[in-house]
Amino acid sequence: MNYILEIIGPLLDGTIVTLQVFVITLLISLPLGLALALIRVSGLRFASTLVSGYIWLMRGTPLMLQMLFVYFALPFVPVIGVRLPDFPAAIVAFALNYAAYFAEIFRSGIQSVDRGQYEAAHALGMNYTQTMRRIILPQVVKRIIPPVSNETITLVKDTSLIYVLAMNDLLRAARGIVQRDFTTMPFTVAAAFYLLMTLVLTWGFHRLEKHYAVYEG
Amino acid sequence: MTKTPMIQARDVHKRFGTLEVLKGISLEVEKGDVVALIGPSGSGKSTFLRCLNHLETIDRGHIAIEGETLATTDAAGICHYTQNADVRRISSKMGMVFQHFNLFPHLTVMENIIEAPRTVKRISYDEIVPKAEELLRKVGLLNKKGSYPSQLSGGQKQRVGIARALAMEPDLMLFDEPTSALDPELTGEVLRAMRQLAEERMTMLVVTHEMNFARDVSTRVVFMDQGEIVESGSASEIFSAPQHARTRAFLEHML
Repeated sequence: MNYILEIIGPLLDGTIVTLQVFVITLLISLPLGLALALIRVSGLRFASTLVSGYIWLMRGTPLMLQMLFVYFALPFVPVIGVRLPDFPAAIVAFALNYAAYFAEIFRSGIQSVDRGQYEAAHALGMNYTQTMRRIILPQVVKRIIPPVSNETITLVKDTSLIYVLAMNDLLRAARGIVQRDFTTMPFTVAAAFYLLMTLVLTWGFHRLEKHYAVYEG
Repeated sequence: MTKTPMIQARDVHKRFGTLEVLKGISLEVEKGDVVALIGPSGSGKSTFLRCLNHLETIDRGHIAIEGETLATTDAAGICHYTQNADVRRISSKMGMVFQHFNLFPHLTVMENIIEAPRTVKRISYDEIVPKAEELLRKVGLLNKKGSYPSQLSGGQKQRVGIARALAMEPDLMLFDEPTSALDPELTGEVLRAMRQLAEERMTMLVVTHEMNFARDVSTRVVFMDQGEIVESGSASEIFSAPQHARTRAFLEHML
């Protein structure tokens, strides 16, 4: 027990890094994913194809590779080449990657809304922006809660990939102590931390689902 | 002095792929008219109605609403629509009631009704709510204003649909088979609301299979078949003395 209290400090420091990556990634990738989805359903052929290519690229290569690319290779790319410190590099890779997944979730949600909703809005004189903002997207939110919750929980655990940039997230902090003290106890404590975080998320999404359960359809 | 018709459609053509659904429909609806559009399934009557408020685009012909041109066809046979903002403005002169209601499921009955007046016409909440309550009282659903559409019966949903369309203060109302998705015992309440509207001299164009409604309420009946208007006239003319064999066959089948 004393040992756990002893190692909890560095593990909490790691948890803060994990949570920072998690929260900032979500704050960027959710709106970005929505924007990408709106482009894909917009009917703008060229832009839509471009977004499809982007999604293919982001879902078709490992997140770790993307992160390594942003950190190590991006500085040498002509024109857009920029050297990022480890934390921003990780955020860029995570946000771009998760935006692709969120975009597909948003798109499926938007396309699942009945045509009659657009027709009713049109007949009432609403323009595209009003229709999307007031009629379609509010219904989409309800429908995409389960898949978004899935992705979000995956993100909590994916953050552990930032160890390749030598950042001290929760898992790397635990591993450091394991190697120093020759005990696997820190792994168990780290697992408990991850479980606690996902428990909070699960509860939060459950509340959200209940909130939207007031109406059907 | 000639009055401007509420709806003026001339030689309207529409095809879906190789299927020609409208083969040159011409129809004028005057202010205060209640026109029943009847005909067999697939005759193009719903498509025609949907063309009037731009839920479908026409391939050829001319449509004007209260004298304002929505779509017109030039000498080369190319159909032009007026610009988007005008299309929306012209469409919003018409209230539309759908076969499948198309209420907004995430909004309460009250919110369904005040949504468009608030976002499109920028009418304040305090101003629109009493009006919405008045409309709900008229269709007999004031006690349901806080309910969601999923908590209503089909007949109640459709009456909300009518109230929602009326909240935009349209100059005319289009009804696309408003009772076709309802259980038979629920059609009466919807037809009553429509009848009341007709008595208030609302201009109405109603696509319907309700022959009693067509006969009793409408000022004119238009019979369509295979993308064409076969004949039109007063209710008594069409129902008592149909001129065409196709009309007779249809009416025999329906009555």
